[in-house]
Amino acid sequence: MTETIIQIDQMKKYYPIGKELTVKSVDDISIEIKRGETFGLVGESGSGKSTLGKTIVGLENPTSGKIVYNGLDLSELNKKQKKQINREIQVIFQDPHASLNPRMRVGDIIAEGIDAHKLAKGNSRQERVYELLERVGLQPGHAKRYPHEFSGGQRQRIGIARALAVEPKFIVADEPISALDVSIQAQVINLLEDLKEQEDLTYLFIAHDLGMVKHISDRIGVMYLGKMMELADSEELFQDPLHPYTKALLSAIPVTNPEAQKRERLVLDGDPPSPVDPPSGCRFRTRCPFAMDVCAQSVPEWREVKDNHWTACHLYNS
Amino acid sequence: MLEHLLEVNNLEVRFKTYGGEVQAVRDVSFHVDKGEILAIVGESGSGKSVTVQSIMGLIPTPPGKIKNGEVLLEGQDLLKLSKREMQKVKGSKISMVFQDPMTSLNPTMKVGKQITESITAHQDIKGQEAKERAIDMIRLVGISNPAERYNQYPHEFSGGMRQRIMIAIALACHPQVLLADEPTTALDVTIQAQVLDLMKNLRDELDTSIILITHDLGVVAETAERVAVMYGGMIVETAPVNELFNNPKHPYTWGLLESIPDIHAADKKRLVPIDGAPPDLFSPPKGCPFAPRCKYAMDVCVEAMPPAFSIEQGHEAKCWLNDSRTPALQELAAGREQL
Repeated sequence: MTETIIQIDQMKKYYPIGKELTVKSVDDISIEIKRGETFGLVGESGSGKSTLGKTIVGLENPTSGKIVYNGLDLSELNKKQKKQINREIQVIFQDPHASLNPRMRVGDIIAEGIDAHKLAKGNSRQERVYELLERVGLQPGHAKRYPHEFSGGQRQRIGIARALAVEPKFIVADEPISALDVSIQAQVINLLEDLKEQEDLTYLFIAHDLGMVKHISDRIGVMYLGKMMELADSEELFQDPLHPYTKALLSAIPVTNPEAQKRERLVLDGDPPSPVDPPSGCRFRTRCPFAMDVCAQSVPEWREVKDNHWTACHLYNS
Repeated sequence: MLEHLLEVNNLEVRFKTYGGEVQAVRDVSFHVDKGEILAIVGESGSGKSVTVQSIMGLIPTPPGKIKNGEVLLEGQDLLKLSKREMQKVKGSKISMVFQDPMTSLNPTMKVGKQITESITAHQDIKGQEAKERAIDMIRLVGISNPAERYNQYPHEFSGGMRQRIMIAIALACHPQVLLADEPTTALDVTIQAQVLDLMKNLRDELDTSIILITHDLGVVAETAERVAVMYGGMIVETAPVNELFNNPKHPYTWGLLESIPDIHAADKKRLVPIDGAPPDLFSPPKGCPFAPRCKYAMDVCVEAMPPAFSIEQGHEAKCWLNDSRTPALQELAAGREQL
């Protein structure tokens, strides 16, 4: 039986701008992530995918709604529980250049979590750092160096070692490969897959590169302007996308396969509207080629249209 | 003899830095024909941007220096032109679109004005006529209400719209060649699809040649007619686009193709990354720059630079595996496994 590791229940995250306006960055999202799976989250800039990730890690507090981790409501923790959970949930950031302190040695960067949680001291701390460096494909000798001495791919490996140092259970990877070259991306993806096997990890993998998301994820959620549009097993989502936004997103991916290039493309007009003043009803209706009157009037219901395949679209309201 | 519209021959560019001299571009030659889209692919540091910057005369000297080579536009060597003469060529015959639409427009100037500026600088058009021309350009790149948009500032446009404006500025004087350096890298996929379609349509309408620089093989496959793959400051393979994807002849190209997931594959295969990191261009290897990362490297690869082997008409690869004296690849692979 697969159990739920994290449950997000009707979560909202609004950011005020000025006195009257708010950006509804994440608006009423409910998802469950199962232990041991890789949950992919895709969406364009401004869809709220990173905000969702940040809120789970605790870098932001939700405006309303709950996040339940292993049965514990994250907003009702005592100090001791909080510390434990900070250890179990870790994050890997997008920009390997900005997320490592340039004045610290790599060994100390990796050991920061070990020190904070008092997991090891002296020699055993040192050993642990060496072991972690080797786990991510670097060498023990690298511990003495500074971040600027490493390439982008190597820095991302350091970021991964730092996350692993405290023996996490759940890792939020926020665009971990977007800043890397193609040949290096594959190295990091393979590393993440290996570590998941070895350490029994669960990933929330946030990215805008649909090809990579499909490759690494078991299930994928598609976000647009703060709302979840569609959620399905990754194979199913690519085989039979239901929501027009997902269809457009999939057909916009440039592909190298000449056969696949003959596919029918659904090219969207215009840009995503501002999240400050999102359209009424369905948020996608202003760009949707199939928009009907009802789309402006009511928010489509989040429904399970096929087995384990959810979407919020009026086209599927029978 | 057939003449190419733009021809780059034996280009060599170096940069002096505190750490030594970087050999950013080493002996690069290629050409573009009228109305053709050529893609140059490569990773960071492969020299693709420096190559097009040399064509535009944008290499800062010092620290940069074009050591060798020629850039022929209709037979005229652009590298030999004076600054003044080059200024005339830039914008009117050849122009460029940059990666980041957020920083390449002047934020304090109305976008319409920025387009007219490019028109009046190169052509004998002034005042109202130039303005009308600019409005036409805004319409041409697919922006609605061009007359109103003319009077707006860059911050009132989204990323995709700004890139359209950049393209309008670049095409305002109907140049023969458009250089586009990662024009869609900063954009979301749905917007990227719009901008790529726009570039293809404009090529069809205006017969402009386009050199498209990108790191995304998907973009190459959908946009270009011919491809040049760069690695370590050199072009390692050139081929018509279908030929490159169906019959690649350089191990680096194989590596690139294997390291991206195929979204249409039914079952998941493990990605095959290229191990190691790109070469250090301060002291590039004597032989093939890819040899240290290449699964099929032979002794000769480390010792001598491979020449460009001609595979077919228009398809060349700089790799010793294509030499007739090289044992067949299967034998090599088999031998390697036994070791």
